[in-house]
Amino acid sequence: MSAVIEVFIAGTGHTAVGEHWGISLRHLAWEAIGPALQAAQLKKPDAIFVGNMLAARISEQQNLGALLADFCGLRGTEAVTVEAAGASGGAAMRQALLALRSGEIRTALVVGVEKTTDKVGADVTSAVAAGADSDWELAQGATAPAIAALIMRRYMHEHGVHLEQFAGFAVNSHANACVNADAMFRNVLDATRYAQAGMVASPVNVLDSAPDADGAAALVLTAGTGQLRPGLRVRVAASSLATDTLAVHDRRDVLVFAAAKLSAQRALQQAGLAPDQIDLAELYDRFSVFAALSLEACGFAQRGEGWRLAANGAIGRSGRLPISTFGGLKARGNPGGATGVYQLVEVTRQLAGTAEANQVVGAKWGLAQCLGSSGATAVTHILQGVESN
Amino acid sequence: MEIARHWRLQQQRYGLVGEQCNHCGMKLFPPRDVCPECAQEAKELYRFSGKGEVFSYATVFDAPAGYEGTTPYTVGLVKLEEGPLVTAQLTDVDNDGVEIGMQVEMVTRKLREDGDQGMLVYGYKFRPCLRNEAGLLT
Repeated sequence: MSAVIEVFIAGTGHTAVGEHWGISLRHLAWEAIGPALQAAQLKKPDAIFVGNMLAARISEQQNLGALLADFCGLRGTEAVTVEAAGASGGAAMRQALLALRSGEIRTALVVGVEKTTDKVGADVTSAVAAGADSDWELAQGATAPAIAALIMRRYMHEHGVHLEQFAGFAVNSHANACVNADAMFRNVLDATRYAQAGMVASPVNVLDSAPDADGAAALVLTAGTGQLRPGLRVRVAASSLATDTLAVHDRRDVLVFAAAKLSAQRALQQAGLAPDQIDLAELYDRFSVFAALSLEACGFAQRGEGWRLAANGAIGRSGRLPISTFGGLKARGNPGGATGVYQLVEVTRQLAGTAEANQVVGAKWGLAQCLGSSGATAVTHILQGVESN
Repeated sequence: MEIARHWRLQQQRYGLVGEQCNHCGMKLFPPRDVCPECAQEAKELYRFSGKGEVFSYATVFDAPAGYEGTTPYTVGLVKLEEGPLVTAQLTDVDNDGVEIGMQVEMVTRKLREDGDQGMLVYGYKFRPCLRNEAGLLT
């Protein structure tokens, strides 16, 4: 068997996350794609992989591959959209990696883009919920926060955890977003305000929930180091995608994110790492209880103990395992299918030492994991910062 | 309009008809034709009793399109006495009167409405049991 083709990140780009009322989906995507191509000094990638989950319902637009290739001056380039609800961005990265490792292409552009603000209110709630089981969950009036709340209530019941003990997740995310100029919510949050927040779907409150937002992020990937400039490089050390039941009620244990666990275990094995060798993690903290369950799934905490890492400060930027280092979904904002690409851009910046005020000092290994709906799809990537000669 | 999509599920929505696996005995709701336990075909219909208990619950304040009229409402995970969990609204009970472990039974109620001219979708919800184990009204 021939040697595995090593893949490196040659450039990144991203927009501020928020409500971009004046910018359409295609313009938003270009604002991330342009800088990523420029940073990689690449005129035309061999293929484009677009991560998006909502454009068909919210912007009445499909076929984003052709749209973005044309709009971004890359007419003719192979381009396709990858959809896996909230894991779309990570899944697009995974597909790009498989294509590069096949040897069929040498460079790839991964772009995550989402416009959630082209509709508002109940239409957005319905569109976002469509990642769950339409016939057997959504028909009963369950929403994405409601399904998270069903999991959170049971978590609190089985593990004896109180609502206030989840506060550390939102507090940490907001603290990190405060120094990220591109974050959506740049305000300090304290545990008292968290405890007083209004309910979205009890026990999930407003401050447990990530805001749906607009945003675009892009990565240029290369097979081998030929096109890279000397300096600190970021290597894709591991990649894994796994699935679980779409409906939460079909799970053997609703308090285990089985897909997240499987993909994290496979990724750690590929990288040859134990969980405690990971220097920072961007996890899918769309709801506080998702952050707790993701920490458990990745092996950073035992079953039922994930919340403790938020309560004892371990997830802070100078803690044992920094998470949501640019604010996470909760405070950087959650641009749907772009979220997984944002996570990868953020981990890349951490490992390249260009995270500015959000820098985790000395980070060498970073993990990014995104989830589709309540963990039905999970994609885990591990990146490594390496010095070149 | 999505008439066919709801019509084809009428046995499940009105009668809680699932399946059982004749290979391992597993009871399945909703029907899925392939047993998730033993991966063999499971197509024999099985009508669930409709009795169960609340496994978890959440009160929804921000409803999706078609459900705004009844906000806030409570959605539960109900553990049926035959084994499966189902996601279903809880009804005939105050939103703050629900507890994990509460005994519930299936009833048929309106699930959603699509505007003045639209379709009404009916289906199962669960209410607190009106009879105790001895069959007496409580």
